[in-house]
Amino acid sequence: MAGKDGQDSRIQKISSAIRVIPDFPKPGIMFQDITTLLLDTKAFRDTIDLFVERYKDKDISVVAGIEARGFIFGPPIALAIGAKFVPMRKPNKLPGEVISEEYSLEYGTDKMEMHVGAVEAGERALIIDDLIATGGTLCAAIRLLERVGVHVVECACVIELPELKGRERLGDKPLFVLVNGA
Amino acid sequence: MFAAENGLKGDPRLQAISQAIRVVPHFPKPGIMFQDITTLMLDHKAFKDTVDIFVDRYRDMGISVVAGVEARGFMFGPSIALAIGAKFVPLRKPRKLPGEVISEAYVLEYGTDCLEMHVGAVQPGERALVIDDLVATGGTLSAAIRLLERVGAEVVECACVIGLPEVKGQCRLNGKPLYILVEPREIDNCC
Repeated sequence: MAGKDGQDSRIQKISSAIRVIPDFPKPGIMFQDITTLLLDTKAFRDTIDLFVERYKDKDISVVAGIEARGFIFGPPIALAIGAKFVPMRKPNKLPGEVISEEYSLEYGTDKMEMHVGAVEAGERALIIDDLIATGGTLCAAIRLLERVGVHVVECACVIELPELKGRERLGDKPLFVLVNGA
Repeated sequence: MFAAENGLKGDPRLQAISQAIRVVPHFPKPGIMFQDITTLMLDHKAFKDTVDIFVDRYRDMGISVVAGVEARGFMFGPSIALAIGAKFVPLRKPRKLPGEVISEAYVLEYGTDCLEMHVGAVQPGERALVIDDLVATGGTLSAAIRLLERVGAEVVECACVIGLPEVKGQCRLNGKPLYILVEPREIDNCC
C-alpha cells in the first residue's frame, strides 16, 4: 500500500476524490465511484504519477488493463513508462484471435479475453484495474498472461476492499493499492 | 476534417499510426472490415504520437472536459485530458455509471442503444472535446454531443483516430467540427 510521508497528502486527496454510492449495483453494496477522481485534475494526475513513480524503473514492457475502468488508468501509465497497453476484455469484444479465461462470479461465471500475439513469453507485465474486491478478475488476468509465458510483476489498483480478501486470492502475486475502500 | 488536410500533411507520424492499425475482416459480422486499434497501443511510439497530435491541437483551446465514449474512447481520452489539464468524463452504456445520470438514445443499424453521463460531471459553459477511436455513421458521437449540450456545455470538436468513408468530406458532425487522424486501412488480401 502507498502512504509514505511524502505521499500522504496526495493519497489523502485521492481518497477524498472518490465518491461512495450506496446500494449500487444492488442493495448492500457501497460502490466506490472513481469517476469523481477523474473530475479532479490534480488528484487524477497524482494517481497516475504514483503508479508511474513505482513502475518506471521496473523494466515493465506490458501494462494490461481490465475492461473497462482499467482502460482509464492503464494507458497513461503505459505511455509514461514506455510500455505497451493490452486491453483485457469481456467476451466477443476483441476482433481476431483471442485466448479466454473463465472466472467465478458470485452467481455463475464470466470470461476474460486477450489477443493472441499481444504479449510475448518473457515479457514483464503490470496488471491494472480501478479496484480489487474478491480478486477473481485479477486472477483471471494473471492466468491469461502466465499462460503465454509472461511474468506478472505486480497487480495495481487504486482501491482495495480488504474485507473481501482479494489480496490473499492473488497468492504469491504482489498487490499495490493507493487507498482502502473501507 | 482529416489531419493531413489540416496542418499535418506529410507528417510521418500519421503514416506510422495508420500502419499500426490492424484490419480484421468480417468482424463483428461478414462484410465488415474492422479497424483494430489494439495493435496501435502495442506500438509505444505510434500510440504516444497519436496522443501527442491530439494534445498539440487541443492544449490551447480552453477545453476543460474530455468526454470519452465507452470503451475505446477510454483508451485515448484520459491521456489527452491529463496532458491538457482537463477533466475526463466517461460516456457509458446503460446502467454502468452509479448515481444520477442523464441518458441519450441513438439509432443502430437494427434497434437503438443509449449513452449515459453523470449528472454534475460537466457544468454549463464548459468547453468539451468528445473522443472515440473511430467514427462510422456518427450516431454515437451525435448522442455524445447531445448529452453535453443538454447540460449546457459547448462541444468544441469531436476527435477520432479513424474516420470511415461515410464521414469523408464532412468537416462537421451535427454542426460540430470533426477531426480525424487517418482513414481506414484496406487489407491487402481480403478473403
